[in-house]
Amino acid sequence: MHMADALLSPPVAGAFWAGTAATIGYASKKLMDGQDDRKIPLMGVLGAFIFASQMINFTIPGTGSSGHLGGGMILAILLGPHAAFLVMASVLTVQALFFADGGLLALGCNIWNLGIYPCYVAWPLVYKPLAGDGSSPRRLFAAALLSAVAALQLGAFSVVLQTLLSGISELSFGAFLLMMQPIHLAIGVVEGLVTAGVVQYVRSVRPEILETSGSKGALPAGASLRNVLVGFVLLAVVTGGALSWFASAYPDGLEWAIEKVTGKPELSEREHGVAAALKKLQERTAVLPDYGFRKQDGAPEGAEETPSWPSVDAGTTVSGLVGGALVLAAALTVGWAIRAFRKTRAGRPEV
Amino acid sequence: MALEAAYSDIGRLDRLSYKDTAIHRLDPRAKVVATMLFVVAVVSFPRYEVLSLLPFAVFPVLVAALGDIPAGFIAKKVLAVSPFALFVGMFNPLLDPGTVSILPGATVSAGWVSFASILVKFVLTIGAALLLIATTSFPGICRGLRRLGFPALFVSQLLFLYRYLFVLMEEAMRVVRARDMRSFGSRGAGPRVYVRIVGALFLRTVERAERIYGCMLARGFRGEVPSMREEKLGPADGVFVLASGSFFALCRLVSVPEAIGRFVRGLAG
Repeated sequence: MHMADALLSPPVAGAFWAGTAATIGYASKKLMDGQDDRKIPLMGVLGAFIFASQMINFTIPGTGSSGHLGGGMILAILLGPHAAFLVMASVLTVQALFFADGGLLALGCNIWNLGIYPCYVAWPLVYKPLAGDGSSPRRLFAAALLSAVAALQLGAFSVVLQTLLSGISELSFGAFLLMMQPIHLAIGVVEGLVTAGVVQYVRSVRPEILETSGSKGALPAGASLRNVLVGFVLLAVVTGGALSWFASAYPDGLEWAIEKVTGKPELSEREHGVAAALKKLQERTAVLPDYGFRKQDGAPEGAEETPSWPSVDAGTTVSGLVGGALVLAAALTVGWAIRAFRKTRAGRPEV
Repeated sequence: MALEAAYSDIGRLDRLSYKDTAIHRLDPRAKVVATMLFVVAVVSFPRYEVLSLLPFAVFPVLVAALGDIPAGFIAKKVLAVSPFALFVGMFNPLLDPGTVSILPGATVSAGWVSFASILVKFVLTIGAALLLIATTSFPGICRGLRRLGFPALFVSQLLFLYRYLFVLMEEAMRVVRARDMRSFGSRGAGPRVYVRIVGALFLRTVERAERIYGCMLARGFRGEVPSMREEKLGPADGVFVLASGSFFALCRLVSVPEAIGRFVRGLAG
């Protein structure tokens, strides 16, 4: 699930862009230090591979819905964290441009959510300790499965945090969390199983690919990785918290969630209760008070339900409507005129 | 099916970006910077703002018209990616019960206003991003990013990805077609076969990368993809960035629709 521009506020988007850009610089430097330019074409081609593999679907047994490979976790396992992170960053950049997944401002959040969690959190903290030296196929399988689930959970949580910090959506923290985490747990398990399966297949056919990436990425990076992690944790705390992963073309999961929500109208009533309970937390976490649930000055506690709508002067609104319609009409007319002009000129023989 | 559609869409965007119009001739850096300014300005509006956002539509409309980009194609792509914003936004009308009067005598729930704001912002930002790639070749954007200070490694990474995107998508299409022809009903469409397909595709990709690396070494590769193209910012680029930047600033600071509306109503009476 890609974060979208329209749901973000500039400070939140900027903070995550800064974190993401710094990490891209760090990962590039790390790889260049290694003087291993053999990896450059490999990474590029694997980015294309992620695209291609995401377009191959499989049927999930017993449900009839379909799933596909995630990306970040399998790359981290096969390439090591730095290379995997850069590949994910480039994949998401191309997705933002060509598929309009998310948008340019949200790209920082998306790289953070889908790149940093699998590569710099789930890989060193979950996959590495569990997989050990990679000699036991069973441990390898469990490590790949659990790290994929963990990365996706972090990612989903991060989407919730970024949305709430931006204050554009009216959803409360608890309700949004309840919607996102369980569905992404289900998606995560499916993805984890597939990731583990592919890792095991690669191991059985070309074990040396797995070994080099494991030992090379882990040993020298071990100590500095901890520093990076501390840095990330601090950054996350400073920006107000953060976490997420993926779910690109997960229309299946999304539709499922929508169906679930719209099928049970009582859920929205419960959200009101949760919303009220979490209102205090939200006020404290709002970066831009203007965007959040701002308490009106002097308003009693009970009156919080009234939105912070600026006092309405009907005359102003009418002016706005008239002007807005005029501007839109003018813009479209100019666009149409340019097009028409082009056509007539193209129709005439060149002089 | 989705695969073929995605493949043809990328191909179409790619072909559009090689047209030769005033917009296409601008330096990629100018277009990247102007688009980022646009997106930041649009997103910075508070959540109940709808009308003041409308003048921003001038920018994408002008770029599409001057760049000779088919509006219907862009609109279809914007619609295709809307589910997430719709999904999150549709709770605003349910959860924001306050009412506002938008016209004398007509009131509407405040949640609908903020939902409309999300939708307008969504269409504007996504449309701008798509127009950027439709008017600028991807290698051009990569060169622009490199000049703007992105790490060389990351930029070559993007260029490689783009170069092999079409190759690997075609390969995936062939694999899927072969699987579909061999799987009767749902047999063979499950995870077991999928894992082997993806695993095999991965190994083939790795082997391809090794061959590519060998070829590149033979041609003098030293870790960066060089560009022969000299790129200088011309006066047109400066004018484009300045004009669009000041237009965004004006629209951000002054509610243009309201001002025009007042003026028109003043004329009328």
